[in-house]
Amino acid sequence: MITLEHYLAVAAVLFVIGIFGIFVNRKNVIIILMSIELMLLAVNVNLVAFSVHLGDLVGQVFTLFVLTVAAAEAAIGLAILVCFFRNRGTIAVEDVNVMKG
Amino acid sequence: MTITLFAFYVFAATAIGSGLLVVLARNPVHSVLWLILAFFSVAGLFVLMGAEYIAMLLAIVYVGAVAVLFLFVVMMLDVDFVQLRSGVANYLPFGALIAGILLMELGMVYGHWTFAGEAGNLLQSPTPDLTEVPNTYALGQLIYTDYIYLFQASGLILLVAMIGAIVLTLRHRTDIKRQSVVAQMHRDPAKAMEMRDVKPGQGL
Repeated sequence: MITLEHYLAVAAVLFVIGIFGIFVNRKNVIIILMSIELMLLAVNVNLVAFSVHLGDLVGQVFTLFVLTVAAAEAAIGLAILVCFFRNRGTIAVEDVNVMKG
Repeated sequence: MTITLFAFYVFAATAIGSGLLVVLARNPVHSVLWLILAFFSVAGLFVLMGAEYIAMLLAIVYVGAVAVLFLFVVMMLDVDFVQLRSGVANYLPFGALIAGILLMELGMVYGHWTFAGEAGNLLQSPTPDLTEVPNTYALGQLIYTDYIYLFQASGLILLVAMIGAIVLTLRHRTDIKRQSVVAQMHRDPAKAMEMRDVKPGQGL
């Protein structure tokens, strides 16, 4: 029997992997963006698990919106990345100090 | 062990394992491919939960659009990824520490929580019986009625994201040849060609 806690555990581990990825790959923005996608995926798992467990469909509607925002975020993030690479020739986050006053 | 439980463990283990490899893979292209595998396994988990629509959406939107976009950018940018990985060994212990603490905290929360007593009475829109109304149908009934404004707003978000991405990456290159439609249309056949009488053995 698969309980709610099973899904919550998977979501928690995925979320922590996402945070771990941000800490470990501090220079590579692409991996950081992928880690953010993993974290949003974990949130989606949580939302759908609770939605199914409680029998409330709104959780799945909300997942839809999270998915939309995640897709938009990835598109904009990668566009900024391409733009930055054209100007600086690197994507190392440590070199992002153009805005420094 | 039932087949459902077995499928759950397979999907969960694949999702977590490929999630770890996304973070730890040396080659970012491999990272993206592991990300695709993670998305697929989570879509499998959604199918197990009975949320087929979200599962298919995950397969189409995440795998078909987002992951391919990542793959495209990773392959397009000419970056020395080995150099970008240089500090990983330094950050690994600290990251593992943070991850361990967070996982422990989440485990403590998950070990000691209960639903509030009236949680069952607060349902916004109860799921209809799955034997009568399929998941996709029920979700569509909800999205196009109660949540139509939010649905339209999410469409607007996608539109803004699309315009933003195009505006950010568009650039006017001056070192290439372009087609000028106006100049083409205003060409005069009389001036376009010139007749020369070339004498034999002399040339122009």
